[in-house]
Amino acid sequence: MKTLNRRGFGLDLGLALAAAVLLPATKARADDLDVHIDNFVFQPAELKLKVGTTVTWTNRDDIPHTVVSAGKFRSKTLDTDDKFPFTFTDAGDYKYFCSLHPHMTGMIKVE
Amino acid sequence: MSGHEHGDDGVSRRKVLECMTWAGTGVLWTITGGVPRSLGIIDSAQAATTAAPGMSFLQISDSHVGFDKPANPNALGTLEEAVGKINAMPAKPSFMIHTGDITHLSKAAEFDNAERIIAQTKLDVHYVPGEHDFIDEEVKLYRERYGRGTKGHGWYSFDAGGVHFIGLVNVVDLKAGGLGNLGAEQLAWLDDDLRGKSKSTPIVLFAHIPLWTVYPEWGWGTEDGGRALEQVKGFGSVTVLNGHIHQVMQKVEGNVTFHTARSTAFPQPAPGSAPSPGPMKVEDAKLRSMLGVASVNFKQNEQRLAIIDTPLQG
Repeated sequence: MKTLNRRGFGLDLGLALAAAVLLPATKARADDLDVHIDNFVFQPAELKLKVGTTVTWTNRDDIPHTVVSAGKFRSKTLDTDDKFPFTFTDAGDYKYFCSLHPHMTGMIKVE
Repeated sequence: MSGHEHGDDGVSRRKVLECMTWAGTGVLWTITGGVPRSLGIIDSAQAATTAAPGMSFLQISDSHVGFDKPANPNALGTLEEAVGKINAMPAKPSFMIHTGDITHLSKAAEFDNAERIIAQTKLDVHYVPGEHDFIDEEVKLYRERYGRGTKGHGWYSFDAGGVHFIGLVNVVDLKAGGLGNLGAEQLAWLDDDLRGKSKSTPIVLFAHIPLWTVYPEWGWGTEDGGRALEQVKGFGSVTVLNGHIHQVMQKVEGNVTFHTARSTAFPQPAPGSAPSPGPMKVEDAKLRSMLGVASVNFKQNEQRLAIIDTPLQG
């Protein structure tokens, strides 16, 4: 559910969670998003989000993958369970792919 | 049957015989795939009868040294077993080719471990890189170790036993949504490399990702592979070897035989038979039947090149 003060709410919730289960506060913003790599597929394959949002990719395959958007961002090679966070500071469409398995593609739409 | 149709046994035989006539030597190695499977092409063609020794080389692929997941927690160990098989072969091959993914994560220690084990064969090894060998930050470990004397990202050719071998690199500069890639520079080099070669020279092309389209949904093919194949299709005998898909597959198209090798590390599923091409966990007892090496025999005056896939076990 979207609210006007969602970010502030998220931060408060994050701090509460951090206190409760010792999660790092940086992971707790409610509008930050996750993409998982399972079975050579980015899931979800497409995300719509607001400027300032951080997306964290996690590779859950037994094979390394990368997350690359030409000229925009490029992760290191992610081994199993490695993560790559990226904060989107500009609006636009970000097509991305795995440079090792280029049939794997995804899209981030930032508004 | 018309002699102008593709995929017809008679055509292949005729083309081969044309090549022999053209070469004027009466001696020709021809290449058809597959022992023990008979592919039914130019089986019965007979060449002239000068006795000559055969030549054999070995293909090893997808060692993935450093891989330690459930599909095979000890990929270095199974590479060692493969090397044991090689050392036990009754006839020592002339040399070996490695069709890439030597390592899993392009780490220096993985390259060191692979080299230490493979060196136990005491064979010359000709490498091409897999995508897993090119993932260090500066993409230099493979090139520093194996790239000497090669062009571009590591392509080269050499001659052995009257056969022209060409090692290609199709794991660089991959495009979103695409397959493997050779690139214009490499294709131009290939054109130069083949210029002036007698059409009766047997050609062996080897690369990591299949140069032919095996299963595009999993990226198992090379975007511009057809352009390389176009350049060799006039030759009487062409064999294309690759790894990457960790299973044996063969195809014959005209005078071109395609053959993929098993991995020494872990099996991958048949196209479309699983949610992804990732490592396939099988029963421990079955693993070694799905890993192995391939030996390739040329025998002068016999109309076939025999590719024998040997599993580690069973």
